[in-house]
Amino acid sequence: MRKRNSIFRLSISYIILIIIAIGALYPALWVVLSSLRPGASLYSEHLWPDHFTFAHYKELFHNKQFQYGKWYVNTLKIATLTMIFSTTLMTLSMYALSRFRFKGRQTTLTIMLVLGMFPSFMSLIAIYIFLLQLNLLDTHTAIVLVYSAGSVLGGFLVKGFYDTVPRSLDEAARIDGASHMQIFVRIMLPLSRPVLTYIALTSFAGAWVDFIFARLVLRTKEKWTLAVGMWDMVNSFQNSNFTLFAAGAVLIAIPITVLFIFLQNFLVQGLTSGASKG
Amino acid sequence: MKRHRATAAVLSVLSMGLGQLYNRQFGKGILFLCIQIASLIYLIPRAGHGLWGLFTLGEQAQQRVKVGKITKVIQGDHSIYLMIDGLIIALIILLVVGIYIANIYDAHRIGKVRDTGGKTNNFIQTYKFVTDRYFPHLLLSVPAFGVLFLTIMPILFTIMLAFTNYSSPGHIPPAKLVDWVGFQTFADLIQLKSWSGTFLGILKWTVIWAVVATFTTYFGGLLVALLIEQSGIRFKKMWRTIFILPYAIPQLISLLVMRNLFNGQFGPINQYLKAFGLGTLPWLTDPFWAKVTVIVVNMWVGIPVSMVLILGVLTSIPKDMYEAAEVDGATAFQKFRIITMPFILFSTAPILITQFAGNFNNFNVIFLLTGGAPVNGDYQYAGHTDLLVTWLYSLTLNFSQFNMASAIGIIIFIIVATFSIINYRRSRSFKEEDMIQ
Repeated sequence: MRKRNSIFRLSISYIILIIIAIGALYPALWVVLSSLRPGASLYSEHLWPDHFTFAHYKELFHNKQFQYGKWYVNTLKIATLTMIFSTTLMTLSMYALSRFRFKGRQTTLTIMLVLGMFPSFMSLIAIYIFLLQLNLLDTHTAIVLVYSAGSVLGGFLVKGFYDTVPRSLDEAARIDGASHMQIFVRIMLPLSRPVLTYIALTSFAGAWVDFIFARLVLRTKEKWTLAVGMWDMVNSFQNSNFTLFAAGAVLIAIPITVLFIFLQNFLVQGLTSGASKG
Repeated sequence: MKRHRATAAVLSVLSMGLGQLYNRQFGKGILFLCIQIASLIYLIPRAGHGLWGLFTLGEQAQQRVKVGKITKVIQGDHSIYLMIDGLIIALIILLVVGIYIANIYDAHRIGKVRDTGGKTNNFIQTYKFVTDRYFPHLLLSVPAFGVLFLTIMPILFTIMLAFTNYSSPGHIPPAKLVDWVGFQTFADLIQLKSWSGTFLGILKWTVIWAVVATFTTYFGGLLVALLIEQSGIRFKKMWRTIFILPYAIPQLISLLVMRNLFNGQFGPINQYLKAFGLGTLPWLTDPFWAKVTVIVVNMWVGIPVSMVLILGVLTSIPKDMYEAAEVDGATAFQKFRIITMPFILFSTAPILITQFAGNFNNFNVIFLLTGGAPVNGDYQYAGHTDLLVTWLYSLTLNFSQFNMASAIGIIIFIIVATFSIINYRRSRSFKEEDMIQ
């Protein structure tokens, strides 16, 4: 009786799991298959194309209107630089805020919290004018600067991590005569690998797909990132050339998705460590 | 006895660095002097004009003057540039004043050390002392600078905009001037029928959306996590990977793809409905169905995160609690109700509030999926699915109603801040951080 019950329970569970899995996978599968389908329309008889073609991918790189290759290089550059700068800034500043007790520390934390509560694009106009006056508009420097400076406010996860590292570790090192910088580099950095991977990944992904600030700062087509180009493509002729859009979408999504899936253990650690400590 | 400290402090009041030089700390003194000279060179030609601009927002608009037969444009004051310049100048003045005060304080302190017969540090010793004692300040100085000019300054600027009349069509520089109007914008938002109707309608939908979106993703994630974690389910890791996939795909892409999936005419969803003999639905074009669609799609996007979080909590529940319950003869449902559920709720309550605040400002889902459409004729520049934050965006970028957008931003801030304060009062990392160790 008990055994039959559990078989029943398990088969129901498997059925539900499979249904949810189809729901989770279908959109991705659909867009990948669409990108390989001949023709240009959104409508198709079957999910599975009659035959496969890479023509849309080729068109992305060869059509003069897109400069997809250039955007890819731009995006890679911006995302990598953003990742390096924001991870460094975030780790250093959060380490300081977590490890040291100094005057103004609570105030700094409160200010950070308060600033984080403003909708981020409330600052759009001001940043635009500011960059205009610094003559930085339409440069990749500016966009990296904007991303990196903004990232610091989201660093509470890192702080939460450093809060949990036992203080006896650095005290022991201090007694042995290590300077603050040595403690940080030799002891703290190796310990914080999971959380570093997590924030590096999220800041890379953030820069990879952001189109709001990128569209504001990057004005000429050669300077665009993938997300801006994609956004433009969608707005100008989404319905008339859906398969081309699908090919572009797949190329943008693949690096991020692959990274996330491969590093999912870090991701899970990052998400949960942020959770238990707010 | 008090000779040195008083003299040094007075000298430092006269000019930055003099007190330090008097204290025979030449390296530090020269550094302070250089800062002073640099800031004076920067500020003297700019400070007056900058502050004047900040207070008046310009007095002379752009003019067209007829000279003979041609009209000449005489450039006037550009209120918005004046405002931002003034703000930056004001921030820099504050910064310099801060350094100035630190300089006097330092001269006084070193003077005191000399008065009591102590030894003063030379430059290299000072450097060592600073990197040790002020290590956290040094680490924070670079990011602080970035945050000051790329986050604080823009936010201050935007808050100030809410108290001006900077809006299309009447007050757009350089052709027209912008003026300070006090709380007029907020008064308009509440009193003018067209604005208040839109605001209340959108606020209502935003709250409904935030509540429904938070609960659907939370309980969806709970369901999936429980299904995977059941005893007897195999390939747990595989299931988790499959269900994480929607989170791994960038939202920009997945949401634009969804927009096509739910396309009323050619989208596959309606095709399947037709194939099963059901009628098609106006997923994104009908006000009601558009709201349903954004919530369903948000579940697809949001469930993986909740799932991951809850899976983490599930594995941390001590196994012996279940064993004890089994000994007492508890059924599976009782175990769930008495052990699992309270455990999960207790450890995820703060996230629930964070997610609520996040959904309140969930720009991506709405903007990429519907863009606020379908358009609502009764609303001022907004559609049926617009949230406050997407409304703010289109008011700023599409309709140039900058003052109203800023006022709405401030209101969003107040609402989100209220929730966050409730949350952070409970959160360990902020309040009891020293108790973990």
